[in-house]
Amino acid sequence: MRLNWILIAALLAPVLAIAETPEEKGLAIAVEADRRDTGWGDYTVNMTMTLFNKQGQSSERNMKSRSLEGKDDGDKTIIVFNKPRDVKGTALLTFTHKVGSDDQWLYLPALKRVKRIASRNKSGPFVGSEYAYEDLSSQEVEKYTYKYLKDDSCGEHAKGLSCFVNERDPVDEFSGYTVQHVWVDKEEYRPQKIDFYDRKGTLLKSLTFYDYKQYLDQYWRADRLMMINHQTGKKTELKWDGYNFRTGLKDSDFNKNSLKRAK
Amino acid sequence: MVTPLLAGEWSGNVAIEARFFQHDGLDRRQDNSNYSVSALPEYYHEWNEAADSFTFTPFIRIDSDDSERSHADIRELKWTHVSDSWELDLGISKVFWGVTESQHLVDIINQTDLVENLDGEDKLGQPMVKFSTVRDWGTVDLFLLPGFSERTFPGKNGRLRSIPYVDTDLESYEDSQEQDHIDWAARWSHSFDIWDIGVSHFSGTGRDPILSPTRDTNGNVVLAPFYEQIDQTGLDVQATIDEWLLKLELISRNGIGQRYTASTVGFEYTLVGLFETPHDLGLLAEYLYDERGRNAPGFFEDDLFLGARWVWNDAENTEFLAGVIQDSSSSERTFRLEGSRRVGQSTKLNIEAQFFSNIPDSSSRANFNQEDFVQVELAWYF
Repeated sequence: MRLNWILIAALLAPVLAIAETPEEKGLAIAVEADRRDTGWGDYTVNMTMTLFNKQGQSSERNMKSRSLEGKDDGDKTIIVFNKPRDVKGTALLTFTHKVGSDDQWLYLPALKRVKRIASRNKSGPFVGSEYAYEDLSSQEVEKYTYKYLKDDSCGEHAKGLSCFVNERDPVDEFSGYTVQHVWVDKEEYRPQKIDFYDRKGTLLKSLTFYDYKQYLDQYWRADRLMMINHQTGKKTELKWDGYNFRTGLKDSDFNKNSLKRAK
Repeated sequence: MVTPLLAGEWSGNVAIEARFFQHDGLDRRQDNSNYSVSALPEYYHEWNEAADSFTFTPFIRIDSDDSERSHADIRELKWTHVSDSWELDLGISKVFWGVTESQHLVDIINQTDLVENLDGEDKLGQPMVKFSTVRDWGTVDLFLLPGFSERTFPGKNGRLRSIPYVDTDLESYEDSQEQDHIDWAARWSHSFDIWDIGVSHFSGTGRDPILSPTRDTNGNVVLAPFYEQIDQTGLDVQATIDEWLLKLELISRNGIGQRYTASTVGFEYTLVGLFETPHDLGLLAEYLYDERGRNAPGFFEDDLFLGARWVWNDAENTEFLAGVIQDSSSSERTFRLEGSRRVGQSTKLNIEAQFFSNIPDSSSRANFNQEDFVQVELAWYF
């Protein structure tokens, strides 16, 4: 019996190696990362963004975010602003779609008005930060095509970990990027670093993930992310704290009515 | 669990504002500059894991010239209860309906606080019982609206007003119950695919009064507001297609006069990342129609609005909105500019300017040719 298995494995191994193109391997990595991050249900979390300009001056944004995992389609998210105080109560509802543009509604508390906004704006900066809207929306497998590039170390901040480097090409024509290079660690399939290339194909930004923590014995979330814009010298630090998983959020917590009273 | 009432949270803003007029007003009692301070604090408290909440938002403005503009209002004082499939608002609240930018035809629940701003976007608090239920087929809002607030109008020393001025002490009502008439309203709204649709009906005291010349107790000619009973059915639709927002607002109103229709139809097209910058430029065009034509009380009866929204997407949240409304049959025109930018961590600078030209002398608003102004506001948020 044992011999047979070894024989079969020996016969199949070269076939598999030949069959897997870089595109297939890239997709397989993305699918595996997605599989490992499936089933979290819902969560709430606090976000603190610190924007640094070239001179190093900083300003802070403070938000609360709640997300509901999509079963057949993408996730639903509400982000509510707390700081700066002049935008306190402003809230953004996003329905992510696996295929096609996301749907977004913005609530303006001074007018009590909910506005559906054009999802075309996805490449635009999020509240003046170095994050684009599309960087913050849920990363569905279907949103990109993939190509495995190489194995590499994950970088200074993730010592001892080795990574797959995966190239992903956004499907949406409105994306601000030609490609992204994602360093995914082989141990837990967590993104460790992303390089973003602009529409001209030049390196625009790098995002580094720090201080991963595991929740519900399965799901990894980085506590701190740093986005550096290589072209402007500006950077944005994003800190996540107070993750609360499986709080019982439902679809009814993600509509225009709940957006108006989101705090 | 009993939670102390003081466990809530205060936020809001305090602002100073200055207005400068280019020309003298036609009434000698009007000044060319005007200063005021305002405060809009908000108290919010929630309990039962946010299933219940209490909101209190008073507002006050003190104006250097206009005693009518010096005023206070309770914008919100309400208890909200939310359950899985329905929610209830009890108390004074504010509701917005609609999709267009140049005017808000469908929006009718709250009275306009006109002394605040000519654009009519500031509203007075409205007492209400509001019941909402969210279903797969849409959201239904039912309103019972006891207690009517009169529209505010600038007083005799104020600018941006009609000549003669509106004497709000002389208001009268079609209904014998006057301010105590209980209005009701209902709305169905739904979002699906590219569509956001709302159908609404309002029955009760119309928010915009009919103004008629009369004499006050001293024998001076003034305008007296008269509030009729109306039935208004409204439709608002927005289609969101990539960088296009297509918008329609339509109302049919039945009051003392004949039933009439008014509508706003237009679009907003956004150029994202203008000239390789992070800036966005939104181009807006709306056509404003009122079946009553020349007899329509407002500025807008057969007019074209063209506008541009310039958003810098910077850390200071810098934004400009410029727009011109042009009458299609005369050269009457008004141009408006709004700009805002954050200064420091929690202060906001707002500028506003409006210019009027070629309003015919025969028009009841001819004096607005004199009312070109620039307004600067600095608001501290806490």
